[in-house]
Amino acid sequence: MKYMLLIYGNEALWSSFSQEDFQQTIAETDAQLAELAKSGELVGAYGVGDQVLAKQVHVDNGVPAVTDGPYIETKEYLGSFTIVDVDSLDRAIEIAAKNPFARFGQVEVRPLMHEAAVDV
Amino acid sequence: MDRRVEDQLRELAPQVLGALVRRFGHFDACEDAVQEALLAAATQWPADGRPDNPRSWLITVASRRLTDQLRSDSARRRREDLDAVRDVPFTSLVADPADDRPPSADDTLTLLFLCCHPALSAASQLALTLRAVGGLTTAEIAMAFLVPEPTMGQRISRAKQSIKAASAPFALPPADERDDRLRVVLHVLYLIFNEGYTTSSGPRLHRADLTAEAIRLTRQVHRLLPDDGEVAGLLALMLLTDAHRAARTRADGALIPLAEQDRGLWDAAMTAEGTALITEALAHAAIGPYQLQAAIAAVHNEAASAADTDWVQILALYELLERMTPNPMIALNRAVAVAEVHGPEAALDVIAALDGDERINTHHRLEAARGHFLEMAGRHDAARDAFRRAARRTTSIPERRYLEGRAAQQTSM
Repeated sequence: MKYMLLIYGNEALWSSFSQEDFQQTIAETDAQLAELAKSGELVGAYGVGDQVLAKQVHVDNGVPAVTDGPYIETKEYLGSFTIVDVDSLDRAIEIAAKNPFARFGQVEVRPLMHEAAVDV
Repeated sequence: MDRRVEDQLRELAPQVLGALVRRFGHFDACEDAVQEALLAAATQWPADGRPDNPRSWLITVASRRLTDQLRSDSARRRREDLDAVRDVPFTSLVADPADDRPPSADDTLTLLFLCCHPALSAASQLALTLRAVGGLTTAEIAMAFLVPEPTMGQRISRAKQSIKAASAPFALPPADERDDRLRVVLHVLYLIFNEGYTTSSGPRLHRADLTAEAIRLTRQVHRLLPDDGEVAGLLALMLLTDAHRAARTRADGALIPLAEQDRGLWDAAMTAEGTALITEALAHAAIGPYQLQAAIAAVHNEAASAADTDWVQILALYELLERMTPNPMIALNRAVAVAEVHGPEAALDVIAALDGDERINTHHRLEAARGHFLEMAGRHDAARDAFRRAARRTTSIPERRYLEGRAAQQTSM
């Protein structure tokens, strides 16, 4: 079963880290990802660019309108995500709990939709 | 690649691997060498023609790859540690690699037991079985499970490490463990089948190959253990289920429930073979869960129309199955038969007992069944709510679409 682990945060959280703490957290994350790669459970892991780089696309009457942002400093936004393929939800939760960011905020665990279907 | 070449390679893969492991030990290195030999054959045979003795050709090429590998490992170890004792007997490795012993069918079974070793996780058992016994490449297995190739590669190499760590011998399990170990093998084959069958529709045609592969491997096990009723039962269950394949989805991939399928599209040959297998097994072997599930499938398959289904017999079979392996999913299936025999209110009573069972009370199938029974009882508002709850709880895209459709039908009634 594939699960997506979404790590959310906001400006206040990201900027509260000291340089060393941040490096330490990244090193912990890298170590965890290396472990997941070794166990054959890692499908992919990506950091997401800061929200100052975000573009919002909306199509109005067939015309795409592109805007920057949003820059709502206090709002939580996606910082990174990891996709794992594991035997159970319990295992996905265990992996989420070992993510260093789970200590500072929330790691959201969501199952990925798939095409498989049993007879109905 | 030529389909016949591919079939022959896949058939030979476990025999060649068995011969190598018997000769050299080193299951993990042998397995890599056999993969390389299969790849070499896949490129060379279509161009140069098939060798006179394909099995010997593969054993020779794989042995050469293996000795090269073991030598370079050994040389590296010597460079790393000058005092290391040379532990690979070179002369025995280069001596006549062609193994002329008749192919041992038992090797395939021994390999299956090894790949389904209890020290491995289910995901590893599946992956290693498909590679070492099925002769599939890592890329093919990765594609079938929709994960990146390195992820699957890691899973396979970790599986091989686990076998090494468990010091599992290349031999059939001792008699007192054999039944339990065979159940694991059958479960892995069942999972491979399901993985293919549940996604055999739509553009992902390569996944249908997993279904064929599971049937092929189970056939082999049945040939080797013809008297085991559960092996026959599993093979029958796969055939009777796969017989529905052409009828179970619409062109757009939408699911068609059993009751609405065009039975003319069911595969009559598969049904006949599956029914004969299960009839024979039930008459002669100790009864087990796969046989009961196959018997239920056979009752469905023999009904000329949904209305002709012998639900009384299906209900009796589910009662037996639940007594043998009590679990809430079987209780839920039994409830469907109860609804047909005793009416929807009786079925609702059956599933009310499951509401307190944590193993199933958040499962979408409980709500989907509830929706179905409420609809039968004419309680459409409640049915709609149940189907909506079910739709939100499934992670399957086709099931979600189907359940949303059922919910929408309730408002139009």
